[in-house]
Amino acid sequence: MTTTRRRFILGTVAAAGALVLGWSVLPPRQRLLTDDPLPVEPGQAAFNGWVKIGADGAVTVIMSKSEMGQGVLTSLSMLLADELDADWGRVTTEMAPIDKIYNNISVVVDGLPFHPDSQGLVRRVASHLTAKAMGHVGVMMTGGSSSVKDLWLPMREAGAAARQMLLAAAAQQWGVALADCRTERGQVLGPSGQMAGYGSLVAAAALVGVPSSIRLKTPAEFKLIGQPMHRLDSQAKITGSGQFGMDVLPPDLLYASVTMCPTLGGRVARFDATQATTAPGVRHVLAVEPLHGGTGGVAVIAGRPWQAQRALGAVSVTWDHGALATFNSDAVMTQLAQTLEDGAKGFSYYSTGDADAALRGAARTVSAEYRAPYLAHATMEPMNCTVLLKDGQATVWVPTQVPSMARNAVAGVLGLKPEAVTVNVMLLGGGFGRRLEVDFIAQAAAIARAAEGSPVQTVWSREQDMQHDFYRPACVSRFTAGLSAQGGLLAWKNTSAGQAIMPQVLKRNFGLPSGGPDKTSAEGAFDQPYEWPAARIAHEAVDLPLQVGFWRAVGHSHQAFFKECFLDEVAHAAQADPVAFRASLLQRHPRHLAVLQKVASMSSWGQPAAPGRARGVALHESFGSVVAQVAEVSVRADNSIQVHRVWCTIDCGTPVNPQLIVQQLESGIVFGLSAALYGQIDIVNGQVQASNFHDQAALRMNECPAVECAVMPSTEPPEGVGEPGLPPIAPAVANALFALTGQRLRSLPLRLA
Amino acid sequence: MTPIQLNGQPTQVDVEPDAPLLWVLRAELQLTGTKFGCGMALCGACTVHLDGVPTRSCVTPLGSAAGKSVTTIEGLQGPVADALRAAWTALDVVQCGYCQSGQIMQAHALLTVHPQPTDEQIDEAMSGIICRCGTYPRVRAAIHQAAGRKA
Repeated sequence: MTTTRRRFILGTVAAAGALVLGWSVLPPRQRLLTDDPLPVEPGQAAFNGWVKIGADGAVTVIMSKSEMGQGVLTSLSMLLADELDADWGRVTTEMAPIDKIYNNISVVVDGLPFHPDSQGLVRRVASHLTAKAMGHVGVMMTGGSSSVKDLWLPMREAGAAARQMLLAAAAQQWGVALADCRTERGQVLGPSGQMAGYGSLVAAAALVGVPSSIRLKTPAEFKLIGQPMHRLDSQAKITGSGQFGMDVLPPDLLYASVTMCPTLGGRVARFDATQATTAPGVRHVLAVEPLHGGTGGVAVIAGRPWQAQRALGAVSVTWDHGALATFNSDAVMTQLAQTLEDGAKGFSYYSTGDADAALRGAARTVSAEYRAPYLAHATMEPMNCTVLLKDGQATVWVPTQVPSMARNAVAGVLGLKPEAVTVNVMLLGGGFGRRLEVDFIAQAAAIARAAEGSPVQTVWSREQDMQHDFYRPACVSRFTAGLSAQGGLLAWKNTSAGQAIMPQVLKRNFGLPSGGPDKTSAEGAFDQPYEWPAARIAHEAVDLPLQVGFWRAVGHSHQAFFKECFLDEVAHAAQADPVAFRASLLQRHPRHLAVLQKVASMSSWGQPAAPGRARGVALHESFGSVVAQVAEVSVRADNSIQVHRVWCTIDCGTPVNPQLIVQQLESGIVFGLSAALYGQIDIVNGQVQASNFHDQAALRMNECPAVECAVMPSTEPPEGVGEPGLPPIAPAVANALFALTGQRLRSLPLRLA
Repeated sequence: MTPIQLNGQPTQVDVEPDAPLLWVLRAELQLTGTKFGCGMALCGACTVHLDGVPTRSCVTPLGSAAGKSVTTIEGLQGPVADALRAAWTALDVVQCGYCQSGQIMQAHALLTVHPQPTDEQIDEAMSGIICRCGTYPRVRAAIHQAAGRKA
């Protein structure tokens, strides 16, 4: 093959003995090759930006998404390894460098405020343009349940491309036709019994260019995709050898503890470190400014963590509490409700027919107001970041969902070019959206600058973490529905009010103004399959100074509760069975109907629950997937809520790894149930009242329901899995409680009277 | 100087005896498998064995481990440990993994005392370890599997 422009000479052996494959030129908007070839070991070659193969046959998958429990190290590796026909036992992973081919395209495209049913030209054009733009100016980002979807084609193409190069190299060596060779588990097999392991072909493959056309497997040819392959990260996590952010131990490591202004967004006015500076092991005491939406504070750097922690107590600080000193979450709930009471129309995300007219003609109307509080992320691993500033270069070890933003944040604080900053993405002890933020990373860089030449590991205490989060926005929502005399749904009107997340994210991270409505606050209310004959679904963004953030399932985390509970109220008013009522609104949505019917049959919905127990149902679409859940509950003697069993079905398109999918459904259910029963962040005068797990409880083993899941078969492209299990659990439980007690709970966390 | 038996090795630890054992293990002894989660013995991520007893190392001063045997996740071995790790792997228990050292240390202590634990005994032993990822159903199943029974 010939190319007119080659960045790297084919088949050269570079000075260090590294093989540089034909890094030939592909169209500019490709996602196959990084700008710079990946570094390799002797005998190893990078076939493209996604896979390296060693002379020993070891396959290293380049991992551009962060592993925070959702299993991407495994699921994404399966995509590439299947197309490569790799020996799964020889596959390991290596975190990717920062490069635009790793930018997250699909999450931005899916963030456009279209209804899933909308297939029109406007949506297609907007999606196309957005995808093109994000390839250039986007960011590397793990979140939005988008990893498998985003890389479904790119990683498969990368594996297939490498396989074609290996085949071509073997065919050439053997002097046989390409079509007479095939691959199987890490080997190329020739027509007359020839066999060559991939490792032995790496050098020859260096003489073959990257193919200009790539053939992908049909689903019938998948060997790994669709199979419940075991997680690749189990060993590391059950032996304690896995490296989370705080586990990195560079030589001469110093430790920093920080105490931030108890009022969110505040800063240090002045501080007295006289006693702290002379405490054992202390090297530096410094003030750090609020950065990237964070809060300012005082940091102590010492030789050992307990020395830093203790000396912190000896620093006296006068705070400048700032604008949030008058912020109260109680007042916010009142304000949001008042906004709706005053007739705020909000931005209409979906409307059909004339809802007002339909309501006027209704035989019966039902109205209700629902509420959800601010919520903390509370990852098990608190915020931490390790930074070494030395000789004009910075090295960062950080658990982050956004490596390129992390690099820019550190570069910005230290006055370096981004190229002078290396970011090592560690395992994340939970993300849930908290590690989409870079406040703690910028802070760690500012701290490390004080100890230039030594690496400094900044770790937040649980209290600092709980009280300096980017909380899931509180929300109030009002509904009115109209029914015919026969109990048919005629109209659905819904307006919710709450803070918008995207405008704040754009401002605190990019200094950009926002444009357009923030779908992430309204999602879950309007983008649902129900065939409302007439509807208007809107959201009023209320601008408040509290910095809010993305919390697992984002807008769906509260909108699903509101919508599925109110739908249950309407079903009750219509004297209809909750499953049947929903089914009647899904007549043109066979995919959703099938999910609903499956969960009904799994839970024996038609049959009564055991005495003292009742069941509730919820159906919700989020991140491209459809999930239905049935929860079975009872009430304990002390009036607390017990969830015994949860049945869950999902249609997530092609299931890449059914085991990981079920695992993520279990995860979303437990995380969502924890919030439904215990989640409530109260803010008084800008200060978060909760501080640790005693006053912001997390669900524990003895409260965890038995969970049974089913994954619907599908050949559609894969959709989201990490978050969709969460939205239905709160309404399923609330609906079950209504069936059991007659109490309709319209706010979270759930509390029976 | 505080003498401890660390994962079977006699070890002299030369730091302040009131330093929390968790941070001594992580920073002084460079064993990072034991995790920090809350600092108040609420979450169990820091669980080690002190003379075989599961102990929250974040609130345990080094001095109180003097002369005792300290076992961390890195040093957990034997047939019960092997059975637990095999079950954990077979059932794909881990997600983010941050709480899993604590889960396994606690589960090991449970199986040592109750080789065939009931669900109630599992609840009682394991509810001190918080998991935000929701691995509880699989932790339970893995304990049953390691105990040699079907979940």
